[in-house]
Amino acid sequence: MKLDCKHVWEHISEYIDGSVDAKLREDIERHLEHCEICSAILDSTRNILILTADDRTFELPVGYSERLHERLAKELENPEGDLKKK
Amino acid sequence: MRTTETNEAGLIARIVAGEKELFHELIRPYERMVYLTLFAIVKNETEAEDGAQEAVISAYRHLASFRGDAKFSTWLVTIAINEGRKRLRKAKTAAEESIEEKEEAHEGDYSPAPLMDWREIPLEALERKELREALRVAVTELPDIYRQVFTLRDLEELNVEETAQALGINPGAVKVRLHRARMMLQKRLVTYLKTTVPARRLFFGRAL
Repeated sequence: MKLDCKHVWEHISEYIDGSVDAKLREDIERHLEHCEICSAILDSTRNILILTADDRTFELPVGYSERLHERLAKELENPEGDLKKK
Repeated sequence: MRTTETNEAGLIARIVAGEKELFHELIRPYERMVYLTLFAIVKNETEAEDGAQEAVISAYRHLASFRGDAKFSTWLVTIAINEGRKRLRKAKTAAEESIEEKEEAHEGDYSPAPLMDWREIPLEALERKELREALRVAVTELPDIYRQVFTLRDLEELNVEETAQALGINPGAVKVRLHRARMMLQKRLVTYLKTTVPARRLFFGRAL
């Protein structure tokens, strides 16, 4: 089947995640071979995902880990803080 | 990043048996995930950090009830989501609370922004701080239901099933929301990149 651009966009997310079936994947890839616009959209979306997964993009507050473990240490010292038996 | 599951099961068993100190080690690989989950819900750094601490303490106290039929990460992220929702409820008035956000409430165009120029954006552009900042802002400003799914899937890298389970929605909704979130971000950032990439890079369709 020959896909139009709009059809490709609808499946672009699933295509990136590798969750489209083999036939649709093939159709999308054939479309991408000759469509600069869809290729650009695919690349840009992928770039956003690469950037999102990069730890430097979403940083934790400075000292977060230290404060968390400090609080946890207090909880662990607390004799009342024994694990709930269930 | 993550301890292997066998190691983890062993750690959990030892903690439950009394080696409490090991909980520090168990939680360390997931600290980031817990914070990001809270932030995706409460959208405030201080509130997210307080919530993350509460969620971790709660996970410790209830560790004996973790059965191992789910992954520890999914169990933990569910606790974090519940903590976030609890904080949101406190902050909201009863009136606001009754308004449930639904996909149908977000009628609109979820198609990406078609721009030929994008192909020419050099990898170095991804290294720029301004782009990271723009992405952070864009994610924070996504409608809640999309931001939460996007955070779990693309930041924390949970799979579709785990995300569905943690948020209490069906896998189909995870896919729809994720797709829309990604397309909204692509649309937002395309403008940003278009205006910040030096024009000369695009000459003759290749980097100079």
